Amino acid sequence: MRENADRIRINRKLLEIKPSGIRKFFDLILGREDVISLGVGEPDFPTPWRIREEMIYSLEKGITSYTSNYGIEELRAEISRYYEKFGFSPHPDNVVITAGVSEGFDLALRAVINPGDFVLIPDPCYVSYSPLSILCGARVVSIPTPPEFRLNYELIMEYSRIIEPKVLILNYPANPTGVSYSKKELEEIADAVVENDMIVISDEIYSELSYKFPHRSFASLEGMEDRTIVLNGFSKSFAMTGMRVGYVIAPQDLLDAVLKIHQYSMLCAPVTSQIGAIEALRNGEDELETMKSEYLRRRNFFVRKIGEYLETRKPEGAFYAFPSIRETGMSSEEFAEKLLMEKNVAVVPGNAFGESGEGFIRCAYAVSMDKLREAAERIIEFVSEL
Amino acid sequence: MVGMEDTKALIEVLKILEDNARYTFREISEITGIKESEVKRLVEKSEEEKAILKYKAIIDWEKLGEEFVVAVIDVRVNLTREKNYDDIAKRIAKFPEVHAVRLISGEYDFQVVVKGRSLKDVSLFISEKISTLPEVRDTNTHFVLKTYKEEGVLLFSDEEDRRLAIVP
Repeated sequence: MRENADRIRINRKLLEIKPSGIRKFFDLILGREDVISLGVGEPDFPTPWRIREEMIYSLEKGITSYTSNYGIEELRAEISRYYEKFGFSPHPDNVVITAGVSEGFDLALRAVINPGDFVLIPDPCYVSYSPLSILCGARVVSIPTPPEFRLNYELIMEYSRIIEPKVLILNYPANPTGVSYSKKELEEIADAVVENDMIVISDEIYSELSYKFPHRSFASLEGMEDRTIVLNGFSKSFAMTGMRVGYVIAPQDLLDAVLKIHQYSMLCAPVTSQIGAIEALRNGEDELETMKSEYLRRRNFFVRKIGEYLETRKPEGAFYAFPSIRETGMSSEEFAEKLLMEKNVAVVPGNAFGESGEGFIRCAYAVSMDKLREAAERIIEFVSEL
Repeated sequence: MVGMEDTKALIEVLKILEDNARYTFREISEITGIKESEVKRLVEKSEEEKAILKYKAIIDWEKLGEEFVVAVIDVRVNLTREKNYDDIAKRIAKFPEVHAVRLISGEYDFQVVVKGRSLKDVSLFISEKISTLPEVRDTNTHFVLKTYKEEGVLLFSDEEDRRLAIVP
């Protein structure tokens, strides 16, 4: 037997990826009682019954086989129609159904990245962007966005001054900051995209939860359809997180590349979930609006209440508030840990979403109004006692 | 357009109250961002105009083991020049035992919901007070065996929050 002490059993790229900062917190919460968690980045509503009922019925009918690699034809057609509300209508052939945006994101990156390519990522951002880019062999350039947490033309140009970035990752409304962009702001970002000849991966999973202005897809901007891989899904809008169903919309060459990976890795998104998604788009509008107006009430309540004690920007979308805890003198992790130990409220330290998230905490207001009120009061108590 | 904004605010306040009538003016103000004094004004105006009819609790009496009986009665009537649907409905509706009266389409004219202490009570009420009305042609009584949903509220719970405590 050959012996080689230096042989590394694990993919070397994985060694570059830091373990998730959230894991530690998760362990701290386990075993504690009466914890109100504002750490949950998913809807507190169960999947609307009409969607669940449709999925149950499909199981009764015995619909349990693979679907086409692309996904069910009707669903792709529904998505093509549905996306009109975000400013452009892709051809159904330009849509592939994926196992959530998470898979879609991985596919999009692998479809375009060659080792050594530069990827621009706003910081803070959703936890998977950087690790999955690194896995593809990309060189990640984080663009710090505080204090406004908004990407703009100048920032992108500044960070691409001495490199030739290939991909820009966008996410709006954003997790963890709740920031979204107006059409004008998006157009300025698009100028930077053209000047750098970049491809945009636009994660629009929170598109339905845009409160200040209607969401506009990045692909709807002039000249951007051919440069943009749009990612979206049903998890947040229709409370279908566990169903794992989303989609990629992309121009032909990029879509073909995405499909090539999808067909060999995932094969197809779960058929039951795809059927639920069809029902969601056909008949789920009322439930969606009900959930959306409830999130809006909670946002208004929470931001107003917490804002008197911690500097908090009013989120334009998603279901996250991102208050600054700088004035307390604590680090994000210290604050979150102490808050949990002393007041039994869980939040996610901002640095879990990138270095620039330090000094902030993410509070998800996807909890009932009663729990949110209680949590807000406990946070205020905690801050006042410092 | 001040008027439009007003209507929007009013609807938002009433929607919140419809879901939970125990919210205070202050709490509604915190949720909506509308000034507390304005919330108070809107609610009081709605009460005055009878847009808000009443504040009540939805109680699962079955859970408490309270003895009571609910019956849904289909009623067919004869109309005359002197007595139209409204007249007959009002006459039935004024009995305290009557929970709801609705004019309906189909074979019967009214659906009447009656609540009483016992089967005997309810039967007597129907035979003495409803069937004997001169306009009533015939009735068809259904006694309620179990209620699963009342006023949009499920009377059973079989779902719990299974989300993980922290999700990125």
